[in-house]
Amino acid sequence: MESKPKGKLAGFFHFPQGDGLSTDEFIKGLWRENPVLVQVLGMCPTLAVTNSAINAMAMGLATLFVLVMSNILVSSLRNVIPKQVRIATYILIIATFVTVADYVIQAISLDVHKALGAFIPLIVVNCIILGRAEAFASKNGVWASFMDGLGMGVGFTYALLLLGFIREILGSGSLFGISLFADSFQDWVIMILPSGGFFALAGWLLLFNGLKLRKKQAQPEQTREEVLI
Amino acid sequence: MKTESLWFIFLNASLINNFVLAYFLGICPFLGVSGKLSTAFRMGMAVIFVMLISSMAAYGIHAFLIWVDAPFLQLISYIVVIASTVQLVEMFIKRFSPSLFKALGIFLPLITTNCAILGLALFQTNKGYNFIESFVFALGAGIGFTLALVLMAGLREKLDFAEIPLIAKGVALTLLVGGILSLTFMGFAGLGG
Repeated sequence: MESKPKGKLAGFFHFPQGDGLSTDEFIKGLWRENPVLVQVLGMCPTLAVTNSAINAMAMGLATLFVLVMSNILVSSLRNVIPKQVRIATYILIIATFVTVADYVIQAISLDVHKALGAFIPLIVVNCIILGRAEAFASKNGVWASFMDGLGMGVGFTYALLLLGFIREILGSGSLFGISLFADSFQDWVIMILPSGGFFALAGWLLLFNGLKLRKKQAQPEQTREEVLI
Repeated sequence: MKTESLWFIFLNASLINNFVLAYFLGICPFLGVSGKLSTAFRMGMAVIFVMLISSMAAYGIHAFLIWVDAPFLQLISYIVVIASTVQLVEMFIKRFSPSLFKALGIFLPLITTNCAILGLALFQTNKGYNFIESFVFALGAGIGFTLALVLMAGLREKLDFAEIPLIAKGVALTLLVGGILSLTFMGFAGLGG
């Protein structure tokens, strides 16, 4: 845990100047432009389904799939789609892939499908996906869009897992359904309740803000005073 | 009996299972537009309007899709209806209140991707509500959304004058406040029997 954020923070401040194009498209989604932790997009699924790690993972993977597929299709059709109706077209493309994901999850695991409930169809309105289609895939080539979708999707998935871990460990004393503590452990019921989602995400953001501030503090002198106020 | 259950649907959607604070639907505008009280209120009104129309349309579409036996088209047709309703509202607001149009900015077209509206259409289908129940459900959900948004905006306007540690500025603080609001809304559980 100690070394992990450090490496990512290094990437955050490095801003690689695109020569290794596609790796950069991939890496930026992991931290520098992480959809959840930095851009704060796609909050509905982020907060709603992360009450256990397995739900968080299923949701993350489903979103990853939709994100990658819609990015590929949008970028390969980018010269065909008329400007005026582009948003509607993107939404139709996304809705199609979400329907596919919905039926696939139903076929693989009925339990997970039941646990996620209406939140799988709600991937359609996840701002991240439409955001990437509009901001990236509509302007870039297929390969770059694929990498972008992959990076954003992985970034989204691990952010969801971070939340899912915390909420499941504290809220039900287990991880992926495996009990971690002795019986004497008192569950923090609040963590699996809706308000726990808010608090867990706020906690992570506070942690990352703190890390960023510390990094800044170490560098220039004059910002340090601002930080200390 | 009938009126009581309608009343319960309303209470349930607006307070007990508030869309924003219990289902996490519509969090994006909740975090984004809740900076100013007046904007938040108008945004809420726009959302109520879109919700009512799209809920009624979703009821019709669902009946039609059952009739032609094509449930896999549900999601796609819902989202198309919502998108066109939002377009309508957008043109309406642009014509009658350009200042509001400017204040809402990017969040107006983003009502399309407001999970609360698609969520409402999906929930009412899952719960098998009839036409009147759907309407009441949509009204309750919209009012609940507006309530949460306005409460949040009021709190944030006050917080603007508070001294906050640098680390908590921005989204983190909003989320913490949202968490506390969500806790208080849990107090409504059991209301209306």
